[in-house]
Amino acid sequence: MLNFKTSITSALIGAGMIASTTGAALADDQIQIVGSSTVFPFATTVAERFGKSTDFKTPVVESTGSGGGLKLFCAGVGLDTPDITNASRRIKASEVEKCAANGVTDIVEVKVGYDGIVMANSRQAAQMELSLQDIFLALAKDVPNGQGELQANPYKTWKDVNAALPDVKIEVMGPPPTSGTRDAFVELAMEGGCKQFDWIKALKKSDKPAYKALCHTIREDGAFIEAGENDNLIVQKLQANADAMGIFGFSFLDQNDDVIQGSKINGVAPEFELIADGSYPVSRSLFFYVKADHVGKVDGMAEFLAEFTSQAASGEDGYLADKGLIPMPEAERAEWADKAKNLTKLEM
Amino acid sequence: MTNSFTDITPSLRRRHARETRFKWMGKIAIIIAVSFLLVMVGSIAWLGSGALKQTRVQLNVHLDAAQIDAAAVADANYGKLIKTALLDRFPEVTKRRDKKSLYGLVSYDAAYALHDRVVAEPGLIGQDLRMWFVASDDLDMLIKGNLETTGDENRRRFSDKQLGWINSLKEEGAIKSVFNVAFFTTGDSREPELAGVLGAFVGTAFTLLVCFCLSFPIGIMAAIYLEEFAKKNRWNDLIEVNINNLAAVPSIVFGLLGLAVFLNVFGLPRSSPLVGGMVLALMTLPTIIIAARAALRAVPPSIREAALGIGATQIQTVFHHVAPLALPGMLTGAIVGMARALGETAPLLMIGMVAFIVDIPGSVVQPATALPVQIFLWADSPERAFLEKTSAAIIVLIVFLILMNLVAILLRNKYSQRF
Repeated sequence: MLNFKTSITSALIGAGMIASTTGAALADDQIQIVGSSTVFPFATTVAERFGKSTDFKTPVVESTGSGGGLKLFCAGVGLDTPDITNASRRIKASEVEKCAANGVTDIVEVKVGYDGIVMANSRQAAQMELSLQDIFLALAKDVPNGQGELQANPYKTWKDVNAALPDVKIEVMGPPPTSGTRDAFVELAMEGGCKQFDWIKALKKSDKPAYKALCHTIREDGAFIEAGENDNLIVQKLQANADAMGIFGFSFLDQNDDVIQGSKINGVAPEFELIADGSYPVSRSLFFYVKADHVGKVDGMAEFLAEFTSQAASGEDGYLADKGLIPMPEAERAEWADKAKNLTKLEM
Repeated sequence: MTNSFTDITPSLRRRHARETRFKWMGKIAIIIAVSFLLVMVGSIAWLGSGALKQTRVQLNVHLDAAQIDAAAVADANYGKLIKTALLDRFPEVTKRRDKKSLYGLVSYDAAYALHDRVVAEPGLIGQDLRMWFVASDDLDMLIKGNLETTGDENRRRFSDKQLGWINSLKEEGAIKSVFNVAFFTTGDSREPELAGVLGAFVGTAFTLLVCFCLSFPIGIMAAIYLEEFAKKNRWNDLIEVNINNLAAVPSIVFGLLGLAVFLNVFGLPRSSPLVGGMVLALMTLPTIIIAARAALRAVPPSIREAALGIGATQIQTVFHHVAPLALPGMLTGAIVGMARALGETAPLLMIGMVAFIVDIPGSVVQPATALPVQIFLWADSPERAFLEKTSAAIIVLIVFLILMNLVAILLRNKYSQRF
C-alpha cells in the first residue's frame, strides 16, 4: 500500500516546493502594462521589439479595457502595481482624484496616435455614404418625430432614414457597452448626429442627463446586434451577410480591406490619410499613462518610453502604422516624445 | 388444444423488432455524434495544418564593412542591410511607396536574425551572405494560397507589381516552405509569422502542476475524512451541501476570489502560474472531493470489516485497504477536474494571466499565460494569418489534454487492484 502513500506524499512535497519559491516575489526588472484593448495591439508590438532589441525583459501587457486599466493603475504607487496603463480615451478628472487619493500623483500623459472607428460592409454590396445624422437616426433608441418630440425608433430600412440610401434592412453589428470602441462610437458618431437637431442641442444646456440618455442610447429592438468584443467575428459575419454592417476599429478594416469596405461618413472615406489629418469625423486619440515614480526604479522604463514615442515606432512611417495606428503629425509626435522624456506631469 | 408456444410467437417477433429498432437508433445517435466530432476536429486540423509550414525568402546580403563597425558588431543597422539587399535584388523599385511594400516581403525579424548571425561569425563582414529569412505574414498567406491573386487590384493585398517580384523570386528558387519549428519553440509574438505556443504551453503546464499539487492531496484528504472519519451531524451535513454547491459555482467567481485574496491580501505576483494554479485548485477541489467520496463509497464494506476484524486500526484500514482500492476512481475525478481547469480562461482574466507575454516562464512566479488564453488572444487579433495559428493552438491544447489523460490512465492501470 506504499503506492498510495507515495503518490500523496510526492504531491505534498511538490506543493511544499512551490510554496517555498513564493518568498521570492517578482523582481522589478519587468515593466507591467495594463489597459485598453484598442491600444493593446500597438503596446504589444512595441513591447516585443523592445524586448528583442534590448537586454531588458519583454514587458507584460494585459488587455483590461481603459477603465479597468486606470483602476489597477491608480490602486497604489508600489512597484507591484502596473507601471503603465493604456487608454483609448483621456483620463477623467475623477480618475485623477482617485489616483491622488492612493498616492499616485506624478502621472505622465503620452499620446500615441489616433484610431478611426469605421462602419463597414461586405465588398459584395455597394459602399454606403452616411452622415452622422443618418447613423443616429438608424441606431438610436428614441428619435425625434419632426415636431420636437420623441418617438421609439420606427425605421426599419436605411431608405426610411434617408431616401438617398438603399432599401436594405438596418442590421448593424457592433461592440458591447464594456468596450472603449462602443464608448467612442456613441460619443463621436451618435452624439455627433444627435446634436444636429437644434432642440436637442438646446437640451444639452437645460437638461444634460436627458440629453445624454437620448444621444447615447442605442436601440434594442434587434437592428443593432451586440457582436461581442471579437472584431474578427464581425468581419466574418459581414462576409456572410452582404446586407449587414459592422462597427470596429480601423486596424480591422486595414487588415481585411479585400473583403470589406468602410462607409463614407459625412462624405469622407475611412482612409489612413483622411483619419490622420482629422477630416474623418469618427476618430479618437489613444494615450498611455506612466507613473513617473517608477522610471528609474523599474528596469528599462525610460528606454521603453523612448522606444514607444520614437519616430521608428509611432512616426508617420513607423512600424505601428503598419499595425493600423494612425500616427500624429511629426511636430506633434516630437512634442509628446519630449514630454515622455522629461516626464512632464499631467495637467488636466 | 392451445399451444402456449404458438401463442407468444407473434408478440415475440414484435418485441424482437422493437429491440432491433432501438439498437439502430442507438447506432444512429453514435454516428451523428461521431460525425459532428469529426467535422469539428477535421475542420480545425485542416485550418491549423497551415501553421506547420513557414515560408522563407532567400536574400543575398552584402555585409558592407563600411556599415558594420568591427569593434561594435552588435550595434550596426541590420535593418538597413536587409533593405539594401532587397533593393539590390529589385533595382527597378525607386518610388517610396513601392519600396515600402517591397520591404514588407520579409518579416521584421530578418534584421535580428542577420544580427545574430554576424555577431556569431564576425568573419563574415565584408562578404556577400546568402541567407534564408522568415517571410512576412502576408507573403506567407499568399504562398499558402489564402489570398486572392486575380480580380480588382485595389481589393487585393498584393498588387500585380508585387506579384511580379514574388514570381521572380519563386522562379529563382528563393522562396521555400519549411517545417515551422518556431511555432513550437518560441513564445507569443504580435507578428503571426513569428508567434509560437511554447510560452503558453509551459504556462499551462506550470499552472496545472500547481493546481494538481494543491487540489489532489487536499481533495483526497478531505474526502477520506468526510467519508471515513467524520460523524454524521449537522455541521458535516452543512459542509457536504456547500461542497456540492461549490462544484456548480461559475469559474469567474473563483477568479474574483483569487484577485481579492491571493493578489490583494497575500500580495502574490500578478499574472503568475502560482496564483492561476491556486485559483484553479479552488475550482477543481469540489469536483475531486465528490468523485473521491463516490470512489470510497464504492469499496465493498467487506474489505473494511475484514481489516477491522483482524485488528487493524481505523487509520490502517483506510490507508492500507480502502484508499488504495478507491484510488482509480479518485484519479478519474482528478482527470475530470484537471480537464476543466485546462480549458478555463475566465478566472485567469481576473488575475492578469490574459496578457501578452513573450518570454517563456522559467518558474511558477514569473508572468505566464495559458493555452486557452493564447487561443483567445490570437482569435482576437486583426492579422488574418493568426487564423491558422489559432486552429493550430487548439490542436496543441487537445494534444495536451490527451497526454494528460493518458498519464492518468496509465497511473490508474498501474495502481488499480481487483477484488
